[in-house]
Amino acid sequence: MKKLSAASKAYLVLVFAVLYAPILYLIFYSFNSGGNMNNFESFTLEHYQAVFDDSRLIVILINTVIVALLSGLIATVIGTLGAIGIVSIKDKKMRNTLLSLNNVLIVSPDVVIGASFLILFTMIGVKLGFASVLVSHVAFSVPIVVLMVLPKLLEMNTSLIDAARDLGATKRDVLTRVILPYISPGIFAGFFMALTYSLDDFAVTFFVTGNGFSTLSVEIYSMARAGISLTVNAISGLVFAITVLVVIGYYFINQRTKSAMAEGQR
Amino acid sequence: MNSKTAKAPLIPYLFWIILFVIAPIALILYYSLLDLNGHFTLANYAKFFTPVYLKMTLSSFWYAFLITLFTLIFAYPTAYLLTKTKHKRLWLMLIIIPSWINLLLKTYAFIGIFGLYGPINALIEVFGFNPKQILFTDFSFVFVAVYIFIPFMIIPIFNSLDKMNPSLIFAARDLGASAWTTFRRVVFPLTIDGVKAGIQVTFIPALSLFMITRLIAGNQVITLGTAIEQQFLVSQNWGMGSTIAVFLIVFMLLTMLVTKQNSKGGRA
Repeated sequence: MKKLSAASKAYLVLVFAVLYAPILYLIFYSFNSGGNMNNFESFTLEHYQAVFDDSRLIVILINTVIVALLSGLIATVIGTLGAIGIVSIKDKKMRNTLLSLNNVLIVSPDVVIGASFLILFTMIGVKLGFASVLVSHVAFSVPIVVLMVLPKLLEMNTSLIDAARDLGATKRDVLTRVILPYISPGIFAGFFMALTYSLDDFAVTFFVTGNGFSTLSVEIYSMARAGISLTVNAISGLVFAITVLVVIGYYFINQRTKSAMAEGQR
Repeated sequence: MNSKTAKAPLIPYLFWIILFVIAPIALILYYSLLDLNGHFTLANYAKFFTPVYLKMTLSSFWYAFLITLFTLIFAYPTAYLLTKTKHKRLWLMLIIIPSWINLLLKTYAFIGIFGLYGPINALIEVFGFNPKQILFTDFSFVFVAVYIFIPFMIIPIFNSLDKMNPSLIFAARDLGASAWTTFRRVVFPLTIDGVKAGIQVTFIPALSLFMITRLIAGNQVITLGTAIEQQFLVSQNWGMGSTIAVFLIVFMLLTMLVTKQNSKGGRA
């Protein structure tokens, strides 16, 4: 492999700098005792203190996490079952139709999803708030889970199932002891993606959240519209730290399952 | 697999499809035919074809085009150079991390950076110019949007470049192609699927952005997304909002048709 030229390296460095600059900028000023993002007065943790002292903000944070975990779990169950069902369909046309329908919510613009869900919830009389936000997050996470689980199911050797049957396994045993363990990496990836989708979503939540309920994204939006507040900077510092931890954790889990699978195949 | 046993898992999934995929689309179509009092009308569609809405649609397309173009221009070389690095997976991971930081936070950062007293204007002053209002301009809007979309453009291009067989490049060079010809005739055509996927994930969201326009562009830029949000949540005119949404869905389908992946793929 040829080494990169100096110009190429400089370009990459520039891209990385631009990608990280805004985030580092936010975090840097989160320690600023002055009230703005323009001149740094002195180091302080008061804005972090403010985040933890603000009980409303803490409630919103807990809401966000609860919605993400719950919607991730429910979507993972529905999506995994859906993927197993789709694979079992022999009719090719039917299968492709389901797959196309599956992808509608992935490619649809958030605004359209949000607006259509708002109509839906109003029509069937779901009160806007926790329930509507949770249900919407489940709804837009299901197709991601399906897409993560499907490849695992497709690469699975069907003779595994036949063998299990021959050895006297019941339908239930086949599902819980053969299929599910085999596709578990896909299920985990699906759950993880559903989590990140839920944590990151703004537009859909913005449409279906009522007055009493808010998630972090929606809250940041209203705070940002009001102008600069270093509390938001402190939140971004926390979010960044957590994201990096999660990414590192995910990376290691991935490595371990990969090496474990390589061991198993030997 | 026995087909009878395997149908049961589909039930909750089919329920999901009917309630959250088919019903919402049907409802959007239905509401697009209603006026403010709930009477059937085609007035919303007629209104969409008036100069006000057509102009807005055009400008929304123009901005989405600019955003996609600049994202591609910056993302392609980045993806290309990334595939040449040692530990390329790690570097790709580092590109992806910023995309996991909440969108709102990143957008909020630019309120400070582009602000009248922000670092960019401080730099401008160092060079002896007067500070300018960068925020609330179309430049800042396009810049922030490109910033947000770049990782999503890099990933598919990186993947298709990574899949490409390097001996094809050697072959082209051996046959006397210049670096540019090799790129234009070999590399780019083989990675066109990645580019198309990248355009898909940039252009459609760029048409429907609304929080960036609100926070960064003030009311300078109105996209189809902003208009839908306005109609639904501010004007409470769900009929008109739905009509714009119908058009957005149509544009989305057209975009997907244009950027449809070649199912044969680069690798035979």
